[in-house]
Amino acid sequence: MRYGTLGSACAALIRRDLLLTWRRRGDALNPALFALMVVALFPLALGPEPNQLMQIAAGIVFVAILLASLLALDALFRSDYEDGTLEQIVLSPHPLPVLLACRIGAHWLTTAVPLILVAPLLAEMLHLPRAVLPVLMLALAVATPLLSLLGAVCVALTVGMRRSGMLLALLVLPLYVPVLIFAAGACNAAQAGLPFLAPLLLLGAGLALALVLVPLACAAALRISIS
Amino acid sequence: MNTLSLWFHKFGSPPTFYRLSRLLCPWLFAAACLIGAVGLYAGLVLAPADYQQSDAYRIIFIHVPCAWMSLFAYIFMAANAFIAVVWRIKISEILAMASAPVGAMFTAVTLLTGAIWGKPMWGTWWTWDARLTSELVLLFLYLGVIGLFSAIEDRRQAARAAGFLALIGIVNVPIVHFSVNWWNTLHQGSTVRLLGPSRIDASMLWPLLLMALATHIWFFASVLARSRSSVLEQESGKEWVREIVQAQGVRRE
Repeated sequence: MRYGTLGSACAALIRRDLLLTWRRRGDALNPALFALMVVALFPLALGPEPNQLMQIAAGIVFVAILLASLLALDALFRSDYEDGTLEQIVLSPHPLPVLLACRIGAHWLTTAVPLILVAPLLAEMLHLPRAVLPVLMLALAVATPLLSLLGAVCVALTVGMRRSGMLLALLVLPLYVPVLIFAAGACNAAQAGLPFLAPLLLLGAGLALALVLVPLACAAALRISIS
Repeated sequence: MNTLSLWFHKFGSPPTFYRLSRLLCPWLFAAACLIGAVGLYAGLVLAPADYQQSDAYRIIFIHVPCAWMSLFAYIFMAANAFIAVVWRIKISEILAMASAPVGAMFTAVTLLTGAIWGKPMWGTWWTWDARLTSELVLLFLYLGVIGLFSAIEDRRQAARAAGFLALIGIVNVPIVHFSVNWWNTLHQGSTVRLLGPSRIDASMLWPLLLMALATHIWFFASVLARSRSSVLEQESGKEWVREIVQAQGVRRE
């Protein structure tokens, strides 16, 4: 029996994931809608004072997007685990970390990119100064892949469990804290007129490290939890 | 096989581990209590009052050893988790999972005593200082490990999964340790050093080190006691457990 090349396997995985998302386009919008609603709650709770909202706008946008991506994480392996696809991926002759990297990449494309696209709207709802918006977008572009990668390891650890929602949050959120601190810190620094490059560079370094290590860790975690 | 690896294999076998820990446990607890009592007496009574904080500083004799232990317990847990994930040694899995609740307790005591000290000194129970926040994240990591361990049915698989999580979370340990040097926020820098002279008076240093020794011994005693009961639980189908239970049953009659 002949197997396809690694490249064709990866392309098939990504194509399948994107196609599945495209067939259920409505569901793909849910994380963005969730973030929109969370952000809408803050002016209702704190009062519509623009100056007050402006002060905390970047932080709220980041927390909303972080929570939305946390809720979206569960879908990463859930349906594949239930119908047995995940076991086939683990058993495939191709290196598991590379295949998982493709899955995480496809997941990022389908859940985080809509969140990034909706971010300017969120920022505008909270009166974030226009000058800070490019920094916010840049920070999101670096931070959301990091969130997807870190989350993927924890999802891989909890994949066999029936009700993993709360537990997943307990595992993932401590790992998200540094990302949140640096990403929101860059925006706050930019808003205060201070240099904002250093936290972004740190995030970038973290992303480079995670891109290499997380697929390996994810593969090891998956082997533990579906053994 | 050389003597060292033979010793490891022997200690790694559950019956030997059980017997050894049953032998050690009472002695360790007794030593920890004794040294702790001496250290507390020296710290709370003998050591001179601070010129600035007067007697309120004395909480460091509990706060600082517990803070050291919160990191030490994590490193101990992660080292055992590494051995468990790589070589699948059963005793390491058990030791790693036994140290998680103990470490979480030390972290909680650290945060609590810090808050009690912070109220009169800083005028607030809590502040979002770098070291306080990273210590809080450390507590969350411990709770995550405990949560994952108790959520999976199969004990050995649960230990491996939770141990893997502990290994991922180890990134936080250097952040906690160096946070006071990296970010100059409210929490004071470290005064006790391994290399070079400490910036704390000798009359306050020796009770502190005594307390540190006591908490270390207490940690090991407590971990041994916990892992001993989980060894019994996991091996409950085996012959040697039956023998122990029967021997105890005879003694009781």
